[in-house]
Amino acid sequence: MIAIIRKELADHFNSIRFLVLFLLVLVAVGGGIYAAKQGIREALEASRAVTEDGFVFLSLFTSSWGDIPIFTMVIAIVIPITGIVLGFDAINSERTGGTLSRLLSQPVYRDSVINGKFLAGIITITIMAGTAILLVGGFGLIWFDLRPYGFNMTGIGVPFPTPEEIIRLFLYFVITVVYGAFWMGLSMLFSVVFRRAAGSLLIPMVIFIIFYFFWVFLGFGGAIANAVSPITGSSDIATQIQQAGMQQTILRLSPSYLFREAYAVLLLPVAKGLGVITVAQARFMVANPISLTQSLLAIWPHLIGMVSLSAICFAISYIIFMKQEIRAT
Amino acid sequence: MTDKLAIETKDLTKNYGKVTVVDRLNFHVKENEVFGLLGPNGAGKTTTILMLLGLTEPASGMVRVFDFNSTREPLKVKRIVGYLPEEVGFYDNLTARENLRFIADLNNIAPSETERRIDEVLEMVGLTEERDMVTRKFSRGMKQRLGIADVFIKQPKLVILDEPTSGLDPSGINHLLDIIAGLPKMGITVLLSSHQLYQVQRVCQSVGILSKGKMVIEGSIDELGREAMAGGRFMIEVETAEPKAGLVDIIKKIEGVEKIEADGTILKISTDSDLRSQISKAVVDNDALLVQMKVHEFSLDDIYMKYFKEN
Ligand SMILES: Nc1ncnc2c1ncn2[C@@H]1O[C@H](COP(=O)(O)OP(=O)(O)O)[C@@H](O)[C@H]1O
Ligand SMILES: [Mg+2]
Repeated sequence: MIAIIRKELADHFNSIRFLVLFLLVLVAVGGGIYAAKQGIREALEASRAVTEDGFVFLSLFTSSWGDIPIFTMVIAIVIPITGIVLGFDAINSERTGGTLSRLLSQPVYRDSVINGKFLAGIITITIMAGTAILLVGGFGLIWFDLRPYGFNMTGIGVPFPTPEEIIRLFLYFVITVVYGAFWMGLSMLFSVVFRRAAGSLLIPMVIFIIFYFFWVFLGFGGAIANAVSPITGSSDIATQIQQAGMQQTILRLSPSYLFREAYAVLLLPVAKGLGVITVAQARFMVANPISLTQSLLAIWPHLIGMVSLSAICFAISYIIFMKQEIRAT
Repeated sequence: MTDKLAIETKDLTKNYGKVTVVDRLNFHVKENEVFGLLGPNGAGKTTTILMLLGLTEPASGMVRVFDFNSTREPLKVKRIVGYLPEEVGFYDNLTARENLRFIADLNNIAPSETERRIDEVLEMVGLTEERDMVTRKFSRGMKQRLGIADVFIKQPKLVILDEPTSGLDPSGINHLLDIIAGLPKMGITVLLSSHQLYQVQRVCQSVGILSKGKMVIEGSIDELGREAMAGGRFMIEVETAEPKAGLVDIIKKIEGVEKIEADGTILKISTDSDLRSQISKAVVDNDALLVQMKVHEFSLDDIYMKYFKEN
C-alpha cells in the first residue's frame, strides 16, 4: 500500500489539477487576509463577548468585510471541490487507461488500492488545509497592526494564540480535513460505479451544489425545515422547542450544514452555534460564551457524523470494488 | 520437463447472467511448457485467464496455479504469475522506466535490484532507447512490448499472455515468439492465449482449443498429431452407385491404404497420402459407377477451423 500512496502523492503533486486547487486555496488565503485587514474590528468585538481581549488570533479567520467573504466560508467551498477533484477519477481512470488489470495482477489486495488512493488524497487535503491556515495565521502574526483597534502593543502582529485558540484552530483543521475526506470518499464511490469520469465528476458536484448552495447558502434547507415543522407562535414553549429541534434535524441532513455548525462553534464561540452565523449577526447576539469543553461536546456529534458519512461512502465503494470484474477491454 | 502442474482446473465454470461463458473447463498446464489456449473471439479465453488470476470469481469449479487456489489465495498466485492483459495500458504521465519501477515497488523488489531488472527487461524487448520517454508517446506496438517487459519484472514462474501478438508488426511477432519459445529453458511456464493458430503451433508444446466456453480438444501437439495420424492422415470418402463385392478387397491392396470401412454405398478409406487417382482407377476398373469422391485431411487446422466456422 505504501507503494500506491507514494505513487498517488507523486501524481497529485505533479498534476496541473493540484496546481489549480492550490491556487484556489491561495485565493481563500488572500481573501481571508484581506477580509481580516478590513473587518477584524468587528470580529474582535464579536469575540470579545467571550473573553476580556477576545479571541484575537481566531478573529483573523472569522473576519469579513462587506462582500469579501470570511476565510472559513471560502474554505467551506474550496475543500469539498478539492476532495471531489482528487477522487472523481481514482478508479475509472485506471480502468479506461488499462492500468487497473496490470495493477491488480500484482500482489496487492484490492482494498489497498482504494485505501492507498484515499490516504494519498487525505494527505493532499491535509497539506492544503494546513497551508491555508498557517498562511493566514502567519500573516497575522507578522503583518497585522492592531494598534488602531485599541490594542496596547509595542509592535506589529497579533498576539501569539492562546492554548485555547490553538486547540480550537487545530480542531477546525481536523474537521476541515474530515469534511474534505467525505467529499473525496463520495467522488471515489462514483469513480468505482461509473466507467466514465464525466459522470463521476458531475454527480458529486451536483450533490455538493444541492447540499451547500441550495441547502445552506441559499437557505432552501431552512425553508424546507420550516415547511415541514413550522414553529407556531400559538403553541406552548415545549412544542416550539420540539419544532425547532425538528427543523435543526432536517437542516443537519446536509453535511455542509454539519460542517458549518461545527466550525462556527469552534471559531465563533459566542452563542451556541446554531443556524447560520455571520460576524455581523454574531455582534447582535446575547453574550452566551461557551467554554472549550462545551464547544467540544457540541461539535462531537458533528465530527462523528462526518466521519461516519465518509466511512459509509468508503464501505460502499469497497464492497462494489471487491466484487467487480477487472477486465481490460 | 517435469510432471508438476503449473495450472490445473476442475469443472471451471463462469456465467454472465444466464449465459455460460466458460463451461466445466478441465485442463492442465505442465510446468516448463508453453501451452496455447486457442479459440476464436468470444470463446472464453480471457474469462478463463481472469479466473486463473482471481480477477473474477468462478460460478463453480476450481482452479489451482502452482497448488494455490486462485479464488481463495489470489495474492500467492499473483506473486508468481506475470500477466499481460489483452489491452495493456500504462500511466501515460510516467516514463517507461517509472512505470516498471512502480510495478517493482508493488512486488517489494529492492531498489537497486529494480534498476538492474528494468535495464534487463527493456533490453529484452528492445526498448532501451525509449526508457525515459513518457508512455503517452508510445505507439501501440511499443506499449505491447513494454507490457511484455512489465510481465518479467517480478521474475515470474508462470506468464499468462492474452493475445500478445495483437498490435505487433510481423518482425515484432517473430521476436516475441522467439522470446516465448526460450522461456521454458529459463524455468518459466507460459500460457499463451491466441486466436492465431500458426503462431501457437510454432511455439507451443501443448494446446487447448476452446469453443463457446468448452474445451474441444486438449493435449500435447505430438499427441494430437499422432491421434490424427492414427486415423490416417487422409480420409477419402468414395460414393458409388452400386457397390460391387470385390471392390473393398481391391482397394485394400492399394499401397498406402490403411483401413477401409463400408457404409452402404459409401466407402471410408484411411490412407497415408492422397491416393485419389489410384482409388478412382480401382473403382472404374471394377465397373462400379463413381458418384463422388471427397478427401478429408485431419489436422489441428481442421479441428480449429471447424469451430471457427461455427462462430
Ligand atoms: N462482463 C460481461 N458480461 C456479459 N458477457 C460477457 C462479459 N464479459 C465477457 N462476456 C462474454 O463472454 C464471452 C467470452 O468472452 P472472452 O472470455 O473475452 O472471450 P475471448 O477472450 O476468448 O475472446 C463473450 O461472448 C463475451 O461477450
Ligand atoms: Mg480475449
